Amino acid sequence: MATRRQFIRISAMGTGAVLAGAAGFKLFASELTDGQKATMAALTARTPTYCEICFWKCAGWVYKGDKGAIKKITGNAEDQNCNGRFCPRGTGGVGMYYDDDRLKTPLIRTEERGKQSFREATWDEAFDYIAEKVKKISAEYGPECIALFTHGSGGHYFTTLLKAIGSPHIAAPSYAQCRGPREVAFQTTFGETIESPERTDIRDTRCLVLIGSHIGENMHNGQVQEMSDAIDKGATIITVDPRFSTAAGKSKYWLPIKPATDLALLLAWINVIINEGLYDKAYVEKYTYGFEYLKEHVKSMTPEWAYGITTIDPTLIRETAREMANAAPAVIVHPGRHVTWYGDDTQRLRAVAILNALLGSWGRRGGFYRPETFELPEAPHPPFPTPKRTWRQEFPDLYKLSDSVLANGLCDATVPDPSRNCQFHGWIVNGTNLIETLPNQANTLRAIEALDLLVVIDTMPMEITGYADVILPECTYLERYDDLRIGPHRKPQIALRMPAAEPLNNTKPAYWMARELAKKLGVIEYFPFEKIEDYLDWQLKQVGSSLEEMKRIGVKTFDRPLDDLYFAPDEDVEFYTNTGKIELYSTMIEQEGFDPMPKYTKHEEPPEGYYRLNYGRAPMHTFSRTSNNPNLTDLMDENTVWVNPRVAKEWSLSSGQYIHLENQDGKRSEFPIKVRVTERIRWDSVYMVHGFGHDQKKLRRCYGKGASDTNLITKVLVDPLMGGTGMRGNFVTFITDLKAEEVVS
Amino acid sequence: MRYAMAVDTKKCVGCSDCVVACQTENNVPIGYCRDWVVETMDGTYPQLEIELRSERCNHCDNAPCVRCCPTGASHFADGGIVLVRQNKCIGCGACIASCPYDARYPHPKGYVDKCTFCIHRVKEGMKPACVAVCPTKCMYFGDLDDPNSDVSIILKKRKSKTLIPEAGTKPQLYFLI
Amino acid sequence: MNEELIISGRDNLMVDPHLQIWHWPIPFYLFLGGLAAGILFFAALYYIMGKEKEYPTAVRKVPFIAPIILIIGLAALFLDLRHKAYFWQLYTNIKLQSPMSWGAWTLLVITAASVVWSALHIRDLFPKWDWKYQWLREVETFFNKYKKALAWVILIYAVITGIYTGILLSAFNARPLWNTSVLGPLFLASGLSAGAAAIVLMSKDPKERQLFTRIDLIILGVELFLIVHMFMGFIASTQVQIDAAELFLGGQYTMAFWIFVVFLGIVVPASLDLMKLRGYHVPAMLPGVLVLFGSLMFRFVFVFAGQVSRWLY
Repeated sequence: MATRRQFIRISAMGTGAVLAGAAGFKLFASELTDGQKATMAALTARTPTYCEICFWKCAGWVYKGDKGAIKKITGNAEDQNCNGRFCPRGTGGVGMYYDDDRLKTPLIRTEERGKQSFREATWDEAFDYIAEKVKKISAEYGPECIALFTHGSGGHYFTTLLKAIGSPHIAAPSYAQCRGPREVAFQTTFGETIESPERTDIRDTRCLVLIGSHIGENMHNGQVQEMSDAIDKGATIITVDPRFSTAAGKSKYWLPIKPATDLALLLAWINVIINEGLYDKAYVEKYTYGFEYLKEHVKSMTPEWAYGITTIDPTLIRETAREMANAAPAVIVHPGRHVTWYGDDTQRLRAVAILNALLGSWGRRGGFYRPETFELPEAPHPPFPTPKRTWRQEFPDLYKLSDSVLANGLCDATVPDPSRNCQFHGWIVNGTNLIETLPNQANTLRAIEALDLLVVIDTMPMEITGYADVILPECTYLERYDDLRIGPHRKPQIALRMPAAEPLNNTKPAYWMARELAKKLGVIEYFPFEKIEDYLDWQLKQVGSSLEEMKRIGVKTFDRPLDDLYFAPDEDVEFYTNTGKIELYSTMIEQEGFDPMPKYTKHEEPPEGYYRLNYGRAPMHTFSRTSNNPNLTDLMDENTVWVNPRVAKEWSLSSGQYIHLENQDGKRSEFPIKVRVTERIRWDSVYMVHGFGHDQKKLRRCYGKGASDTNLITKVLVDPLMGGTGMRGNFVTFITDLKAEEVVS
Repeated sequence: MRYAMAVDTKKCVGCSDCVVACQTENNVPIGYCRDWVVETMDGTYPQLEIELRSERCNHCDNAPCVRCCPTGASHFADGGIVLVRQNKCIGCGACIASCPYDARYPHPKGYVDKCTFCIHRVKEGMKPACVAVCPTKCMYFGDLDDPNSDVSIILKKRKSKTLIPEAGTKPQLYFLI
Repeated sequence: MNEELIISGRDNLMVDPHLQIWHWPIPFYLFLGGLAAGILFFAALYYIMGKEKEYPTAVRKVPFIAPIILIIGLAALFLDLRHKAYFWQLYTNIKLQSPMSWGAWTLLVITAASVVWSALHIRDLFPKWDWKYQWLREVETFFNKYKKALAWVILIYAVITGIYTGILLSAFNARPLWNTSVLGPLFLASGLSAGAAAIVLMSKDPKERQLFTRIDLIILGVELFLIVHMFMGFIASTQVQIDAAELFLGGQYTMAFWIFVVFLGIVVPASLDLMKLRGYHVPAMLPGVLVLFGSLMFRFVFVFAGQVSRWLY
């Protein structure tokens, strides 16, 4: 990931944040009434945090009630991610704290893995167990055979720990199971990635094209807020989706595309924009490489050609292309976020990147801006030992374009295979429910079977904990410090997370856990600060702030060192690609032996009586993480399967009926799911929200509610470019006889 | 002074943040809610339309719940909002039956509860919890008698509707359409 | 296709999926209140008409059960309250627009009056009864002197008691099934027919029984007329009312209503009464019991069905 790192100057903006941050009151103290003073006193008795419920990390305030109990969480008005307003999951964060089903104490398993009988243990016992096993694996196979899967703020500390003992194998499922293809696609085109939060300038755009993105149901706070701002300013929204999403409901154009044909539409758009001369000529001339190749490549990809594939009227294709061009450069063809669909996802995102380049939106207002992060010094520690082997060596020819470790790759490399001479023997899993995250559950379980050590760190007894050897209960984000949040966004900004309450029961923060383990493993020198507060204070003092200041203001914003949020007119921009330009024709992809320009390939269609399984998000939940949160289950406690009325008539299904789903490989959903008969879904697909169908009895509120789409994703379409796991190639049929319960694996 | 609220259905995404924020602000017990979100869908694929609305007590001008309350627990307060005096409520449930919007619910402690337009916040110059939290900023609140209030301004700019006006309740929750 | 869904998971107890705020205590009280109203109405009426000697059961004997059933009914109402400790607020406030407030005060008056009425006739049950205290004896003398005025009070308040429950339900425009002005008179008719039936059941005098059988028959006829009229009104009204009527014309309460309330509760006893008047031999208790049963079922079905009827979603 290449970002421009420059010296950051701290400006007077920091102190301004204090006054403005006092909940937006524009009154001076002498003009307040007693009631207002009392309310303000309550408001100042608040602690700053940033949310951990999803990955947006909005900064906010935690308010406590009379008896010092956590009562309410709101946004920090200064925060660029949330502008003072939290989303429903963040607001419902109190539920995560009060959930009685939380893990309470370290557990060590006593029986066969998966049988879920654990005994309570002390922290010391747990750490000793882990350290012993880690040393054993390191001695027998090498420390490289231990992997870390992480998707939580504490991941940094376990990363340090793993690197300290000599393993480079750290993976986040958010790469190959989610954003990976778009990062590679944009990296190879523009030389930079999309980042998280996405660097989309939605609030100033005049045309937002959502192709496979369902902002509004996908509740990434800043994106939803900016889309609302854009609507206020009269921006046009174009949504491409086989389902009538919430975003489609707010769009000027909704293109009800046949699933798996998006690439054809994108290519047709490129065709129209080139052939009608609607592209940004100066921009293309100055900044891009390969225009002539592209022009030739899309010559035959007309709207009429795309019509036959996508079922979208060619007039509509032309009209929407013109609408985009009309708004250019303030246009965003949104790359989406979870883009691992059919296995050719990198190429599809390449088409998105190319389209943006032609419209000249990259680096322009209303398109894509240049994000800034903040530089913070790392705690001084000795250099990490060089690992003797890496996963790249095990898979030398695969996924060369991936620049991150693949979670599914590590999983695959754990299943014993005679053709390989080593495999992973130990996993540390931090804050990610791999059972629901990785597609092809059978494979995940096979890998787990082969492990010598499985350590799970989590706040809730998620499915993955049932397979662990040792469970380490982490306290929630409301009860701990973590690294300072450093962006990226339009302005460099840091946010503090500090505890609003003491950890409940016998839970502990990740920093403490990692450090204690480091002690046991003899690598304590990599954790020079005993208390994380001292580490944070040390960091902040290096950049002109302090822990004390951050506790008061929560968020500190700095000026950009240069006024370069967008390209200056005629700026000589250098792109981090082979040619130094935006590569419409990708030399890097060509080097690896793949198509330098995207081509449409037909994907498998559902057989007779089957329907494509589409899944997505609900704005009140974050994957399977929040399914047990009492405030959020109040909003939605089960998912439904959306069925088109024509299909429902054929199968005699009615809304409210419970059925099982069975996929093309004969795998049946473990729990039944409620039917919603609605016109909003196409007749060749069904739709369900991801994250339900929990089969962990300890999650009392959500056990058995709804069905799990991960259950049914047995066919994985792997992207040959970077290893992403395409999950939308599964088809389901309906099983209305509920007595037939056996799940066939 | 006549308090009223407006919700922009064109911007509401149905995230239900308003429901959770109200719950944490007003100690609404788990399992209950003072406000809720409704989706209305019309049409046949692909000619479709949806409307999303955040609903709650409408603080009606002609509130049947105030009329039917035998003790006066349900009453009109400043600004025309409808409140419940908990120590006058006998829990008979008549007001719950009388509301065509099903806005009231029986609180586990025995009295009847519902949206209060967060009057405790409004008095301190803040907006109701739902309005303050909405990520799409689609909610407006203020004094209809003040031509410069948020809600007066937006109602002048946009077309709006209320729910079942034919029920004769004169609701003060407007939906911008 | 049109869908209207609550997507934020609202599931308020007793409100969702449909209103269920009033359970058995309410229709139970409504029945007892109606029955007491009927009994007291006839007692007062025939006293005022000077027919006390001709119809002694109606005027003197049957009213003994009135205060008992009124108190049981009030106990049921009290049990139904969810904030019981504050029930006394009903009697520190009068809300003229609230039929329930009217009801609370009316019940106070009618219960007290019925206790006095029974007290005046206590020697029918206990011939040697003595009010131990002098002031009680004075109260007895007072009421005996003004017995006619007391009877008028009872007459008027009995009518109010019989009709107010119907008015109370009909004032809920949020429940389209109840929102018909026919409901007040219908409840009153139902209560009066229950009272007449009780008198027939308890009386040993053939002349008295014949009179009240005839009265019952007429009132049952009126009830049937009002029911038909009510449905005509629903069907000719707005969509919500048509939907409400549907509950009884094919919906989930169809069987319960037409079989228990109309057939068993009105048509059969009316036919039996007619046959009895024509001289046929009919099981003596049967019509009366059926009328009482029908009156009870009417209130049960109507209170539960009314909570299902709604405006939205």
